[in-house]
Amino acid sequence: MGAAVFWGCSAIAFGPAAALVLLTVAAEPLRVIVLVAGAFFWLLSLLAASLLWFVWAQLSGREDAALLPLGAAAAVLLQELCRFACFKVLKKADEGLATLSEDGQSPISVRQMAYVSGLSFGIISGVFSISNILADSAGPGTVGIHGDSPYYFITSAFLTMALVLLHTFWGIIFFDACERRRAGGLGLVVGSHLLTSGLTFLNPWYEASLGPIFILTLCTGLWAFGTAGGSFHNVLKCLSCKQEPEGQVMLYSALQVPPEE
Amino acid sequence: MIMFMNNSDSEEEPCNERTSLMSAESPPVPSYQDGLEALEAGEAQAHRRRAAGGSRGPNNIAGGETSGSGVPVRERALENEEEELTLKYGAKHVIMLFVPVTLCMIVVVATIKSVRFYTEKNGQLIYTPFSEDTPSVGQRLLNSVLNTIVMISVIIVMTVFLVLLYKYRCYKFIHGWLILSSLMLLFLFTYIYLGEVLKTYNVAMDYPTLFIVIWNFGAVGMICIHWKGPLQLQQAYLIMISALMALVFIKYLPEWSAWVILGAISIYDLMAVLCPKGPLRMLVETAQERNEPIFPALIYSSAMMWTVGMAKPDTAARGPSQQTWDAAEDGREHLRSPSHAESQMSETRSPVPTRPVTSLEELEEEERGVKLGLGDFIFYSVLVGKAAATASGDWNTTLACFVAILIGLCLTLLLLAVFKKALPALPISITFGLIFYFSTDNLVRPFMDTLASHQLYI
Repeated sequence: MGAAVFWGCSAIAFGPAAALVLLTVAAEPLRVIVLVAGAFFWLLSLLAASLLWFVWAQLSGREDAALLPLGAAAAVLLQELCRFACFKVLKKADEGLATLSEDGQSPISVRQMAYVSGLSFGIISGVFSISNILADSAGPGTVGIHGDSPYYFITSAFLTMALVLLHTFWGIIFFDACERRRAGGLGLVVGSHLLTSGLTFLNPWYEASLGPIFILTLCTGLWAFGTAGGSFHNVLKCLSCKQEPEGQVMLYSALQVPPEE
Repeated sequence: MIMFMNNSDSEEEPCNERTSLMSAESPPVPSYQDGLEALEAGEAQAHRRRAAGGSRGPNNIAGGETSGSGVPVRERALENEEEELTLKYGAKHVIMLFVPVTLCMIVVVATIKSVRFYTEKNGQLIYTPFSEDTPSVGQRLLNSVLNTIVMISVIIVMTVFLVLLYKYRCYKFIHGWLILSSLMLLFLFTYIYLGEVLKTYNVAMDYPTLFIVIWNFGAVGMICIHWKGPLQLQQAYLIMISALMALVFIKYLPEWSAWVILGAISIYDLMAVLCPKGPLRMLVETAQERNEPIFPALIYSSAMMWTVGMAKPDTAARGPSQQTWDAAEDGREHLRSPSHAESQMSETRSPVPTRPVTSLEELEEEERGVKLGLGDFIFYSVLVGKAAATASGDWNTTLACFVAILIGLCLTLLLLAVFKKALPALPISITFGLIFYFSTDNLVRPFMDTLASHQLYI
């Protein structure tokens, strides 16, 4: 507890996200707008899920814990539904931007929007999951005094980090699957999201929940990398920092007005 | 609060304006060159007067609230400018507003969460005379509605008074009022704020040091806001005074009244700006007729406006600034109390550095500033600050309201680009903010708490 835990857990949970935002999103205004729009869509999904949960809890009259698996599954499905809605809206915006621009090219591609919206889903989801926990961690207290795990904060931080990255990857895969109309990709994204959420039900048995979630994150990351057009060859090329010779050379002389004879 | 496109000061501006975010086929619209400036002025609205707490007694000098949230977005397109470039400026303008709004909210939320003073109940302002300490829910609701009616009536009276003063050219009065308001805000409220922050962190400060600090802060603020100063310093001061005003509102408005007032003021804003006989619209039209920029004060602007139209020699360049200055005077008079004065601070004063304007492109660049009335800043921050203060220690509610307000601002700017006239900036953001506040506090919070207690992630 205290400032060290607070800053440490914040850094663990949001370090990658902050780096991604600062390096790739913050400089471009359009991407920042897409970031905020994605967060808005996620909030809508959470609102719908909470409403559903509230109604269920009232109707069934049972205690909350028994309804949690259903509530979590509904929340996951609603999030993916809102991701689809986000895709539709962004696609429309992309078309609008393309018509507005002079050369018919939108200033932001669908792939970039997929990445930024996935990142925004991840960030807002992570923030909503962990902000209250972080606020509590800055104050006094003893973790797990009633017999719970003493590693609550740090495991939450790692889970949040995994979730942020997962949402980014899911965003890329999902948008790509929607673009190419492949139901397989959609199904896999929804399935892996449900799997992740389900694995967290195994907490505090962290070996069974954190381990597989991180493996899942890695696999989803590789899959998203492949979907976005990356390959082992690309990585090698990037690492070797070789400058590829230009395939086309613009001859300015060709553009000049021929001199008067 | 109005948002609107701002036009260049000079009619001789050779470039025609085109609306941004419109399809490429839309022709240039020369007619906007004249009147748009007036639109900006129209934003000055109701000032909220905020006497500093009950102990000060009715310090209502005239507390009209100027809900001037004018956001003139002016996208000027050069003749050969790409649509894409225009749109890029559109996105850039959104970010130019996101940043100050976010900063203001961060200051307010940080203060609310750390300084106890602003969440303690210490009386009410005279603009909300009915107490909410009643046992029954119905009575409390009734009292809050009555408080709202009183507050909105004061705002309406103030706005109408301002419009009349502007119509009859009582510029000196407006100017004096504005100066008084900003004096009070920059000195008194800052002193109180600093005192409370020092108390919270148990830092001792002697009176001479305090005097020097407050004096410097206030004097530089007055100069930056009412005269000239670096743009960023002016923006920083406007953000700070908006935050101070919002904090005063958060402290002195009773719980339910605050929410009802927020809802009512966005409806009022909508009507005042869009209805043909609305005071703000009349203000805008009057300024348009006179061809002067209205109320450059009390408006946050993100770029230097005065360089517009400076393709001419100095005399011409001087003209607009003088005009704006006068217009600002007009805008000021509406302020009844110092509080609104600050809300109406516009930075139009400041950006008049002698900038050698060389090319038309540069002019276009500089001119593309976005303006938002300080009243908008204040009410956005009141909403988020109230969410931070009253949402049972929950950060999720604050964050949800924050995202909602940003999205509302984005949508309003989009509408502004489509309609190209003065638009109220409050309704969409406040509506989203209110919806998200109540739903997050009552529905999302129990759900997320249950999930967090079992360490479940969705």
